[in-house]
Amino acid sequence: MGLLKKKTVLPGFGLSLGFTLFYLSLIVLIPLSAVFLRTTELSWDEFIAAVFSPRALASYRISFLASLTAALVNAFFGLILAWVLVRYPFPGKRVVDALVDLPFALPTAVAGITLTALFSANGWFGEWLEGTLGLKIAYAEPGIVVALTFIGLPFVVRTLQPVIEELEPELEEASAILGASRWQTLRKIVFPQLVPALLTGFALAFARALGEYGSVVFISGNMPLRTEITPLLIVTKLLQYDYAGATAVASAMLAASFVLLLLINLLQRWSRRYQNAN
Amino acid sequence: MSITAKNIKKTFGRYTALDGVSLEVPTGKLVALLGPSGSGKTTLLRIIAGLEFADTGSGGIFFDGEDVTQVPAGQRGVGFVFQHYALFRHLTVAENIAFGLKIRRRSERPTKKAIAEKVAELLHLIQLEDLGGRYPVQLSGGQRQRVALARALAIEPKVLLLDEPFGALDAKVRKDLRRWLRRFQDEIGLTTIFVTHDQEEALEIADEVVVMNNARIEQVGAPQEVYDRPTSSFVHRFLGNVNQITLPWGGLIDGSTAHVEDGVAFVRPHDIELVHFSEDRDGEAAVVYDIHAAGPVARVSARREGNNESVEIELPRSQLALLRLVEGDCVLLRARPKHPPVSEYAI
Repeated sequence: MGLLKKKTVLPGFGLSLGFTLFYLSLIVLIPLSAVFLRTTELSWDEFIAAVFSPRALASYRISFLASLTAALVNAFFGLILAWVLVRYPFPGKRVVDALVDLPFALPTAVAGITLTALFSANGWFGEWLEGTLGLKIAYAEPGIVVALTFIGLPFVVRTLQPVIEELEPELEEASAILGASRWQTLRKIVFPQLVPALLTGFALAFARALGEYGSVVFISGNMPLRTEITPLLIVTKLLQYDYAGATAVASAMLAASFVLLLLINLLQRWSRRYQNAN
Repeated sequence: MSITAKNIKKTFGRYTALDGVSLEVPTGKLVALLGPSGSGKTTLLRIIAGLEFADTGSGGIFFDGEDVTQVPAGQRGVGFVFQHYALFRHLTVAENIAFGLKIRRRSERPTKKAIAEKVAELLHLIQLEDLGGRYPVQLSGGQRQRVALARALAIEPKVLLLDEPFGALDAKVRKDLRRWLRRFQDEIGLTTIFVTHDQEEALEIADEVVVMNNARIEQVGAPQEVYDRPTSSFVHRFLGNVNQITLPWGGLIDGSTAHVEDGVAFVRPHDIELVHFSEDRDGEAAVVYDIHAAGPVARVSARREGNNESVEIELPRSQLALLRLVEGDCVLLRARPKHPPVSEYAI
């Protein structure tokens, strides 16, 4: 702990670090460790059985795949949205900008009910998608992705906007004057500078999607083994007074999420290697 | 390659940046666009580069007589160096320099080996051979600017344009780098335009100085010429120190170095001669109130008897010693003749 002993001009390091650790413990670590503590009520075999039951495995697959897909969709379209919002003036820009935050504010159940109404077989989109194209969205896996995309969008847009605003126009000019086409400039100069923020936004949207429950339960149909997400499985177990089983599944989900977020973090650090090369 | 700008007009909304500017830069010359901020010099440079486009009704930009007004920046074959370097942060020094070559279409792109050789050659030129693998954040300001220059030169441009290239550097690095640029330009003879607001910089290294003010060109000439024979009061004030003396003034003689405009004489501090007061000599009477003798030249401040106007005089320290001048002395001032006979130097 060299940093604790080293003299620094910034006062209050000890105090603020102490507070940070205390606060994090209170809000995050203690509740989370309670989850793990509760699982100890189970024997090892019971724990394994709960965590790796076919129903649980199916729910992990659905949760992670749907969250990943939703985060990827958000990363792609969020990037375009943020770019347009920063770079181009257009009438009603402020309204559009405010709309981006709506998924934050809307109760997720409302979002879920609305999306279900739209995408079910007799909804506006669903009628056409299902009737004409034969694509089943609501009460199927794509429905889960739709709901998770909806709630994750603001994370990507809001993390990218300030970074796009800070991009120096000279860099794009320098690239153009060296003979690069617009596409080359975007790909080789602009995009690499956005990657760290894009990864952050992606990680946030992904993490948010993993934990989402309220909107998904309305649109997914909740069929075990097919469209049941892990948070719902946990709630179902709780409703059946299987507290230990619920926490076992939850801890498995937690561990997996933590590893994935850590990986994204490392990837993000690697993408910024040129910033702190010293 | 010569550069011609004909009757360039540029407005930003209601603000006029260039008001019908014409400029001729001969092949192989190093030309400085000099002026205060807001004078339009950077806008002119950017229009020549193709980063900005002149208003309709302007004459156009010509390279070697060929109209390039509608040619996009990337195809004009210009090297451009930005004031704040504009290096690509996520690329190493070598990758930055190679960028302009690597992005070329396959048919025009040099081989990997040729690109590597070009990068090595340029790294040698800017004296940063060992730093090719570094990222821009790991370099000092002067090193970054040299990398920016190497990157601009990599595409073998026909003209080199520099926008306040030394503006963000500290005084010592600034001086070294501009002399280096001068030597470099002498060696390869690339037609070069650089923008600066620093008159010392422009006068020291440029073959020709273009003084700009208020969206117009005030004067074009060799450094010596614009400094010695300014054609407007603005150039007089902007280039070097100058006294603005309200006429009538007893020290104004025919054939002096003074420039007279609207009842005001502009005389540089070193173009004023000073002698002790005596009844039988011509000149303007003044009282010395401050003597500053640090550095190679002494600076004497005097107040005119008639209207209390302050006049600054610069003279060699040796002369100050001979005069035995002290504060409160009454003196006579006059503008130095253009071609002083040798005897005039005697006191």
